Amino acid sequence: MSARAIESHRPSAMGGDLRRFVALTRILAVTDFKLRYFGSVLGYFWSLARPVMFFGVIYVVFTHVVRFGSDVKNYPVYLLTSIVLWTFFAETTNGSVRSLVNHENLLRKIRFPRLVIPLSISLTAFFNLTLNLVAVVVFALASGVTPQLSWLELPLLVALLFVLATGVGMLLSALFVRFRDLEPIWDVSLQILFYGSPILFVATRYPDSVERFLIASPIAAVLTQMRKAFIDSGAPSAASLSGGAAGLLIPVGITVVVFLVGWWVFSHEAPRIAENL
Amino acid sequence: MATVATPTSGKRRAPTPDSSSAISVEGVSKTFRIPHDQLLTLKERVLHPARALRPSYDELRAVNDMSFEIREGEFFGIVGRNGSGKSTLLKCIAGIYDVDAGTIGVRGRLSPFIELGVGFNMDLNARDNVIINAIMLGLSRQEAHARFDEIIAFAELEDFVDLRLKNYSSGMYVRLAFAVAIQVDAEILLIDEVLAVGDANFQQKCFAQFNRLRAEGRTIVFVTHDMYSVQRYCDRAMLIDQGKMVALEDPATIARRYNELNFGRLVHEVPVDAERFGDQRVAEVRDAWFEDSDGRRIPAIAQREPLKVCMEVEFHAAAENPVFAMSLRNEARHTIFATTSELDQPESGTFSAGEHTVVRFEIENWLAPSLYTVTPSVARAGGSDVFDVREDLGSLMVHGTRFSGGITDLPHSIDIERR
Repeated sequence: MSARAIESHRPSAMGGDLRRFVALTRILAVTDFKLRYFGSVLGYFWSLARPVMFFGVIYVVFTHVVRFGSDVKNYPVYLLTSIVLWTFFAETTNGSVRSLVNHENLLRKIRFPRLVIPLSISLTAFFNLTLNLVAVVVFALASGVTPQLSWLELPLLVALLFVLATGVGMLLSALFVRFRDLEPIWDVSLQILFYGSPILFVATRYPDSVERFLIASPIAAVLTQMRKAFIDSGAPSAASLSGGAAGLLIPVGITVVVFLVGWWVFSHEAPRIAENL
Repeated sequence: MATVATPTSGKRRAPTPDSSSAISVEGVSKTFRIPHDQLLTLKERVLHPARALRPSYDELRAVNDMSFEIREGEFFGIVGRNGSGKSTLLKCIAGIYDVDAGTIGVRGRLSPFIELGVGFNMDLNARDNVIINAIMLGLSRQEAHARFDEIIAFAELEDFVDLRLKNYSSGMYVRLAFAVAIQVDAEILLIDEVLAVGDANFQQKCFAQFNRLRAEGRTIVFVTHDMYSVQRYCDRAMLIDQGKMVALEDPATIARRYNELNFGRLVHEVPVDAERFGDQRVAEVRDAWFEDSDGRRIPAIAQREPLKVCMEVEFHAAAENPVFAMSLRNEARHTIFATTSELDQPESGTFSAGEHTVVRFEIENWLAPSLYTVTPSVARAGGSDVFDVREDLGSLMVHGTRFSGGITDLPHSIDIERR
C-alpha cells in the first residue's frame, strides 16, 4: 500500500480518474433523462412533442400565411431538422447556465470532478437529439427525401454542434457562479441567435451584403451544410456560401475557439467553484 | 453476547509510529473572503465599477497553517467547537475545497461522508438511488450492482425497493444512505458527524460496521463533538480552535482539553437575581468558588478530578463557633449534596469583627457531568440563626469523560460472572 503515489487533492475540472469521470457523467445524464420522462408511457412522445408542435406552428405560419419557404425544396423537412438541431443547442446551453448551482450538493459534499456537470447536460440533450433525429429521418423519408451517401456527413455536423454547445455550456456554467444575471442575458442572446440563424429560412435568404459575414456563424454553417447533405444535394454548400473551402475555417475556428475558451475558463474556476456557490 | 462498553475495551493494535502516513498535511491554510457587498450580477458591476474593481471584503481564516500526519490504519479524531474550522479542514482533505497554502498528500482511495445521501433523488426509487449514490461515492457500475442486495439487506428495506424515495420516512432514508456509504470500500474514510442517525437498533449496527472498518485497518478520520465516541474509537485525536491546532494527543487527553476549552470560558458571575437570606450583621459570605487539587480557582473540571468547594466569610461582629455550610445543586435544581461544619468541627473557633476567613470543603468528586452551583451559608452556633445565605453564588461545570447516566457517578467496579 505504501508504494501508492501520493495524490494531489486540489478540486479540478476533470479529477484524476478518467473512468470515474465517464461513469459519473453517464449516470448523471441517464438519471436526468430518466427523470424527465419518468413514469410516463408516452415519454418518447413528449420528448418529441415540443419541437414538433413548434414546427407545426412555424410551418403553418410560414407556408400558408406568409408563403415563405415555397421556393425551398422540401422546406418542411428543412424546418423540422433545423428546429431539432437548434433545440439541441438551446437545451444544452440553457441547461448548463444554472447547472453548477443546481448541483451544489454534489460539489460541496463529495469529491466530484466539476466538468461532469455541464458535460452531463450536453449528454442528456444529445440523447434527446438522437431520439428526435429518428423522427426527423422518418419524416424526411415520408416527404420524399431519398437517402444518400452524404447523410454520413450528419454525425460530423452534429459533432461540431456538440462541441460548440458544450463550449458555450462550460463558459456559461462557470461564469454563472459569479454573475447571477447571466440567465436572462443568455435567454435574450438565444432569441437573437435563433432569428439570426437560418432556421426558419435558408442561408441564401440572407441579403448578399451580409451573407458571407453571417455564414461565418457555426450554427449557420452547420444548418446550411445539413441542407445540402441531408435534404437537397442541389443546394449550396456551406463552403460555397462562405467563399471557398478556406472560408469554412471561420465557423470551424469559432467553434474550436469557443470550446477552448470555455474549457480554459471552466478549468480556471473549477478549484474555487464549491466555495463560491 | 454481553459487551461491556468501557472506553478502554476493544482497543486493538495501535498503529505503530513507523507505519507510513495515509494523509499528510503540511502548512495548510484556507481563507474565505467574505465581501462586504457581494456583486453577484453583471448589472451591479456595470453600475458600480469602483466597487467592482476594488471590492472590500473580510478575510476569514478557517484553517491557519496546520501540519500533521495521519498514519495508515489509524482512527483519527478531529474535535473542536462550532466554527473552529474542522469541517473546512475535512473538506480540504477531501479535495472539495482548494487550499491557499501548503500541501495535502493522500495515499489511497479516499471517500468523504460529509452528508449522507448526497445525490439521492426523491423522484426515483430506492433501486436507482442506491446505484447512483454508490457510483457517486466511488464504486463502479458493476460493483454497485453486485452489492445492491447487501445494501438493501443492511438497510432492512427489502420490501421497499421499488418505492419512490419521497414516500420514505426519514428513518428509512437515513438507513438507506448509511447502508450505501458503508459499502464503499475506500482505504481512507472521512466522516463528519454522520453517525448519529437512525434508531437505537440501527445505531448498534452502524457501530458494528465501524468496528469492522477499524479491524480491517482502514484509515478513518472522524470529526465530532462527542467526546465519548472519540475516546471509544479513536487512536489519536486532534483539538483545533480558531483554525489552529491546539493539541494532538491521546483521546482521553484531548477529550479533557476540549471540555476545558469549551467550559473554561464560563465567566464566574454572581447571579443578579440570586436569593439572599439573613441580615449579614454578624457575618457575610463574600464569595464562593471551586478549586482543583492544586488550589487553582476553576470554572470547570473533569469528571472524577479531586475538588474543593470554597467560601470566604467576613465577620462584622464577634462570633463563637459559627456554622459554615454549603450545598450543591445540579442543572435540574436537585440538591445533590449538602454538608455543614457543625458535624465534623463543632468548635469552628472564635472570630472577631473585621476578620476574613476562607473555608474549604474537600470532596471526592463523584459528581455526574452537569453544571453545579454552590449555595454557601454561615450561621450562629446551633445553626438556627442564619447570618447569611447566598443561593447559587458559585458555579462549576463538571464535564464528562466517560459514560454516566444518573445524577451521580459513584465509584464502582463490574464483575461479570458466568453461571
